[in-house]
Amino acid sequence: MSTIAMTTDRPPVWRRLIGFNLFMGIIGAIVGYLVGYWIGGRFTGANIAYYGPEAGQNDIAIFLGYFGGVVGFMGGLGFLNYPISRLLGHPPTLAEHESEGEGIGRYFRLCTDHKVVAMQYLVGIGVFFFIGGLNAMLIRTELLQPNTHVFGANQYLTLVGMHGSMMMGMMTSGILGPFANWVVPLMIGSRRMAFPRIESFTFWLLMAAGVVLITTIFLGGFQTGWTGYQPLGDQNTAGYDAYIGFFALVGVSMCLLGFNLIVTIITMRAPGMTWSRLPIFVWAVLATAWLMALAAPMLIAALLMGAMDRTIQTAFYVPGQGGSSYLFQNLFWVFGHPEVYIVALPGFGIVLELFPVFARKPLWGYRLAVAGMLGVALLSFFVWQHHLFVSGINADLRPFYMLSTELISLPTGFTFLCAMGTLWRGRIRFTVPMLFCLAWAFNFLWGGISGVLLSDVPSDVTTHGSFFSMAHFHYTIMGGLVFTFFAAIYYWVPKMTGFKFNERLAKIHFWSMFIAFNSTFAPLFALGFLGMPRRVVTYPTNLQGLNDWVSVSAFVLGLSMLVFLYNVVWSLVIKREPSEANPWHSKSAEWQLPTPVPVYDFERIPVFDADPYPYGVEPTGPPVVAPAGGVA
Amino acid sequence: MSGRQHFRRIVILWLVSSIILTPIVVFVLAPGMPPGNGTVEASGQVTDNTVLLGLATPVALAVLVYFGYACWAFRERDSDAVVDGPPIRGNATVQTWWLAVTTLIVLFLAVFGSVELLKDGSGGGQGPNPIATPAAAKATPPLQVQVIAQQWQFTYRWPGYGGVETQHLELPANTTVELHVTSLDVIHSFWAYQLGVKADANPGEDNIAYVTTKAPLTFNIHCAELCGVWHGYMFDTGYVVNKPQFASWIATQRVKYAPATKRLVPYSKTYFPEPQRRGG
Repeated sequence: MSTIAMTTDRPPVWRRLIGFNLFMGIIGAIVGYLVGYWIGGRFTGANIAYYGPEAGQNDIAIFLGYFGGVVGFMGGLGFLNYPISRLLGHPPTLAEHESEGEGIGRYFRLCTDHKVVAMQYLVGIGVFFFIGGLNAMLIRTELLQPNTHVFGANQYLTLVGMHGSMMMGMMTSGILGPFANWVVPLMIGSRRMAFPRIESFTFWLLMAAGVVLITTIFLGGFQTGWTGYQPLGDQNTAGYDAYIGFFALVGVSMCLLGFNLIVTIITMRAPGMTWSRLPIFVWAVLATAWLMALAAPMLIAALLMGAMDRTIQTAFYVPGQGGSSYLFQNLFWVFGHPEVYIVALPGFGIVLELFPVFARKPLWGYRLAVAGMLGVALLSFFVWQHHLFVSGINADLRPFYMLSTELISLPTGFTFLCAMGTLWRGRIRFTVPMLFCLAWAFNFLWGGISGVLLSDVPSDVTTHGSFFSMAHFHYTIMGGLVFTFFAAIYYWVPKMTGFKFNERLAKIHFWSMFIAFNSTFAPLFALGFLGMPRRVVTYPTNLQGLNDWVSVSAFVLGLSMLVFLYNVVWSLVIKREPSEANPWHSKSAEWQLPTPVPVYDFERIPVFDADPYPYGVEPTGPPVVAPAGGVA
Repeated sequence: MSGRQHFRRIVILWLVSSIILTPIVVFVLAPGMPPGNGTVEASGQVTDNTVLLGLATPVALAVLVYFGYACWAFRERDSDAVVDGPPIRGNATVQTWWLAVTTLIVLFLAVFGSVELLKDGSGGGQGPNPIATPAAAKATPPLQVQVIAQQWQFTYRWPGYGGVETQHLELPANTTVELHVTSLDVIHSFWAYQLGVKADANPGEDNIAYVTTKAPLTFNIHCAELCGVWHGYMFDTGYVVNKPQFASWIATQRVKYAPATKRLVPYSKTYFPEPQRRGG
């Protein structure tokens, strides 16, 4: 390892802005966008539409502008330095950006310390999570009345599309980005991820993607929702270009994040960290990472074809010119169904990782839990056509997809059984992370039960594409992912930042969120049963009572998030009460390190001699033998 | 308290709650489930919902009762102490039983769903070559109606009545109807709620769904797939009417739309209008 150079004298602010950092990245993005847009305008002038609402709009220039902007942004952040220096024949090096000390500046540039990237992810994703949540508030405001009263139909659909894309795109890495990046190296006894530069790259690319999505507002929005079905997308104005750019960038980011985690978990485990001692959260991350790496390319391919339809006049999705509207649906859901498990599986991992700590018992049925996660991951590639049950494609295969979809409840059931077994005769402590995990069990149960109704074709004929399916996936994704996301925040952030959360505020946050969540989404099942289709700006007047109840509950849900924000600002920024090194008395490796965790994590690489769940056995110490018995 | 005693208590709580709640769900809640009993297909869906909810109730109760009991009985009573529980790492019997029971439930669900689906297609769209046709449709040729979706309305074309295209939908009672759903532009979905019919309308595709009407009925039609700006306004009301009433309605429509019918393109399973393309 190279030595760490610490600079003591700090240059003036203007001097610090010059260099490879976020400021230069933004300048690079603006310059790159203008250059790309100009080039696009130069050689495609003849292809601009001359009629219709989008007359004069040039998709090629917009796409090249996004491309140039992203290249400029990443270049300004310094991601091109290393490849260029290697091309010029300089020797490989790793420690170019780690040695920037403890300053706040490292959070605004390419940093190869996995703990810094994790914090960047947490804050960055958090910002987009709140923007997405705000969109949901606006959607519910519009639905207070059966007719349009706040937004026009186009604005409303743009909000729906942005809410869905923001949550499904940015929050896909919601647990893997912040928590897997932070905790996986510590759990497996590694000092870094396998590809630290790529780790940072995935984060900044995701942020670029988020900004690209927001630019849709200036391009007229898009009316396709997050699924972006074709040929409706072909027909949309330039706002859909932003959707394509956004999801393609998210896809690249996901794919790289997935491969990075796979390689890290396979190759960077410390001595003694055998497969049967791997913490269950790491297994969940591994299963999810495979899904990310294998599913995201489908999405990128589907979007690339959409971009070609819109720019160079191919006809992949144009029926009547040899294209097919089924093609996009198929490709999208080949990605999209693994995607929902990408979102759900890390939640399973967190629940099974935290239950042993707060029930003070070893994980019950370790092998079954692992089998459950791998089983979900494998099966999730064989169920996508249940999204097309009434579409008329491959109708003869519906019994097969019905079976494969229902089979997924077996491995999901394993997760439930292992969670239940872990509680059995334990000594359960109802800390805030534990409350969020228990809420997961409650919410995901309803998500699963409603999923059975949707997987059964005769039942699905009515519930398909209605508010029922919307309620179903909010119960699995918000009830599954977001609740465990907060469990992970309350569990690990004290270690990540070194500061305690205010427990009273945290409990207020939990109870208000849990009650408001169920009060918001349970009535949506009824609305779906009563015949309300998804993504409508108007609805029958007799459904107004239920809709108003849902809207008011959604606003309370939004307020509960403000309690969380207040807690973050109060506890982590103002009060800053130092957290103990191991407040939960966990026996997992990351808690045995000092707080804050040193730059290189482990002074010596640890040696593991047991799995991380030796609760109730002698000796009572953690399973990590470090540093004295460790190897360098 | 021993593990056996805990187990016995949980089983008793589960049995009692299931015995109380399952009949309530099956006999009180489920018969009111959508989409009602307006057509044969809709009734079939109600049957499916009843069976699924009846099966789901004890399963959900097992999980809820367990978690509720565990949170109460296994809570740490001394919040200051950090005492470990017993190091139980699994139980082969429990795991085997769990696997067996859940597998049986899943296989039953798949077989039951497939049987119900293949009986009459359950009102779902099943592409150009349907395999699940109602028995009545095999005996006598069903009434053919083409549902043409476009931004943002449904129109209906009647090949058996001179290819007339109507603005609204009326169907005769006690008749098996073969709906051919297609689209002229983007993906829509024809959802006739009380009929229990949902079939996507894909441009250039012929998506067939069957429905067997019973008594006269008013039904809501919605587009169930996001199809652009005015998707939320793409709805209509349809009627199932007595056969004589239907005969007079369709005759009126034929006369009313006779000039338009002459100019229409010939009836076809699909239509390919000039696509609206984005420019450069």
